[in-house]
Amino acid sequence: MSNVTIRQVHKHYADFHAVKGVSLEIKDKEFVVLVGPSGCGKTTTLRMVAGLETISEGDIMIGNKIVNELPPMDRDIAMVFQNYALYPHMTVYDNMAFGLKMRKFDKAEIARRVNNAADILDIKDHLTRKPRMLSGGQRQRVALGRAIVRNPKVFLFDEPLSNLDAKLRVQMRVEIKKLHQRLATTSIYVTHDQVEAMTLGDRVVVMKDGLIQQVGEPLELYNNPANRYVAGFIGSPAMNFADTMIEEVGGAVYATNPTMRIRVPEQIAARMGPHKGKPATLGIRPEDLHMASGADPEDLSFEAVVEVAEQLGAEIILDLKAGGSAMVASVEPTVKVKPQQKIRLGINPAGLRFFDATTEAAI
Amino acid sequence: MATTAVPVPDGGIIVGKPKWRPLESEGNLAMLLLLPTIALLLMFIAYPFMRGILLAVTNSKVGVIGDFVGFENFARLLKDPIFHAVVYNTFLYTFVTTVFKLILGLWLALLLNRDFKFKAFTRAFILLPFIVPTVLACFAWKWMFDPTFSVLNWMLFKLGIVAAGAGVNWLGDGDLAMLSIMIVNIWRGVPFFAISLMAGLQTISPDLGEAAAIDGAKPLQRFWYITWPLLMPVTMVVVLFSVIQTFSDFQIVYVMTGGGPANATHLFATYAYQLGVGTGLLSQGAAVSLAMFPLLFGIVIFQLMYIRRVETR
Ligand SMILES: Nc1ncnc2c1ncn2[C@@H]1O[C@H](COP(=O)(O)OP(=O)(O)O)[C@@H](O)[C@H]1O
Ligand SMILES: [Mg+2]
Repeated sequence: MSNVTIRQVHKHYADFHAVKGVSLEIKDKEFVVLVGPSGCGKTTTLRMVAGLETISEGDIMIGNKIVNELPPMDRDIAMVFQNYALYPHMTVYDNMAFGLKMRKFDKAEIARRVNNAADILDIKDHLTRKPRMLSGGQRQRVALGRAIVRNPKVFLFDEPLSNLDAKLRVQMRVEIKKLHQRLATTSIYVTHDQVEAMTLGDRVVVMKDGLIQQVGEPLELYNNPANRYVAGFIGSPAMNFADTMIEEVGGAVYATNPTMRIRVPEQIAARMGPHKGKPATLGIRPEDLHMASGADPEDLSFEAVVEVAEQLGAEIILDLKAGGSAMVASVEPTVKVKPQQKIRLGINPAGLRFFDATTEAAI
Repeated sequence: MATTAVPVPDGGIIVGKPKWRPLESEGNLAMLLLLPTIALLLMFIAYPFMRGILLAVTNSKVGVIGDFVGFENFARLLKDPIFHAVVYNTFLYTFVTTVFKLILGLWLALLLNRDFKFKAFTRAFILLPFIVPTVLACFAWKWMFDPTFSVLNWMLFKLGIVAAGAGVNWLGDGDLAMLSIMIVNIWRGVPFFAISLMAGLQTISPDLGEAAAIDGAKPLQRFWYITWPLLMPVTMVVVLFSVIQTFSDFQIVYVMTGGGPANATHLFATYAYQLGVGTGLLSQGAAVSLAMFPLLFGIVIFQLMYIRRVETR
């Protein structure tokens, strides 16, 4: 079993508390992605799992064994670094064989494994080359190859795709996904890119300031963000937010501000009790907005001024101003609007989210 | 080039022949910029070198122009037992000190490359032997090696290794004198090795060491398989510099032993100086200096070829 357990782990650097009590249970064969903005402690967490950084507090277990004091080589993990960290003076073959040589595998077995990995990753033709003669994508494959030949318990990835150009990144993302489906090795993957996180992860862990904000399957994070931060981080273009006051008028609950007066859907309104008369943040994703027609009730729509319209073919992204706040809407490609035009946007009530104005937790 | 239309910033166009601007030609500009250097090189390197060759094939002495004698000076050197000792000494001195400078320098560099308190201060401090004027440092060392009053013998006495009044005659015994100047050369040369190798170490990404650690390499293996090969180009250049410097070393020997006792510590440079300036046999001194040239040349060519091989690996 190669499950990984991270239990109340802290990391104190000399004068910086980088990881503040992270707990996470990663199941055998699971692909878990740590995502968050730069500096939130993702790399530090991963490096503590790898054994490259000491654990200030808490426990890390791999396969039900506490590894806090084990050096990296005894943890049976493999790591793919952001800058590949290939040994520049060794050929591709030797780069992949190095870990096996250090572990005293016999020559034939090394050759078998390296060739097999080279086959899977389609780098057979480059085995005798030095890393500097390879493109970024090929280097990344070699780095993956070096990880898979050892057949470790856990793969650790630290932003492995962020040095690649956009197109290659999408391609390699798919390959990593395929590789995981084929090898089914427990994986922890760090990225700052929420699209990568959503597409790769069986589960996604959103981090901020050394703390876990939410753990869940990608759609769960998208549909039920635990707080305003996660709501804004997951999804692209990002969720729109508007400051509102919660009011009850004649049995119905409304979120109002000078430009909108939105009726809060029943099931959320039921939880609004303690928030009545207080400020709350309304959240709505761009894809839950549309050009309002006569069918849209007054209390599920609002007025906005078009600033920029970006035609993407399959959709149009509208940058809008609604009162004082900027909004983004994704509308059908057939919509015709001009800059400065005043339009009315309808809200899909199922997409409405509300967050406590002070704690930012979802209501 | 015919007439050209040159757009100017305000949108207008200048039509006409380009002005005559000789310095816009890269070749002319390069020549102009190189001139001062070429002049200096000719004056201070090429001329003395030629002069040395001319001297070496005459029998001139101080105050005597001398006549052309061909290779007589060199033939004489081949039979000169002191010169034989000089060749042996120089090779021994260069080899032994370079090996120790490399080992100690590398060791220091590896230590200094770690994270510790007062890192910047220590790194600067290490450079001291390199910064102190050599002659001053050599005088200090000469006192330390003094057989009667010196700190070294005092320490040996206090440790009970030597009896009172029977201190080691550091600079009075041929072999010990050689050992002494080697120690001073190593003391002076280690900082250069340490700082250069440390700079080399800093160009090696720490990720590589970490990747190797995850790959199962123990610290010594990480050094042997990762650090050492990646440091090799820098090491070779540093060794090359050091060999050239050490092979033609003068100051340390001149101040500490003057080549003695009984010519036991003469190197090429000090022997050439003694013959040419000390004894006034200018042509023979020049011959000794020139004899250094093909040997040094051979060593340098060998090392440069090795560096090239390492770098194109
Ligand atoms: N060796 C270190 N010493 C001090 N602070 C560090 C060290 N490494 C990282 N940090 C700090 O810890 C925080 C988390 O870093 P890191 O885990 O690399 O973030 P990221 O989520 O971008 O990977 C950052 O603010 C960083 O500046
Ligand atoms: Mg990072």
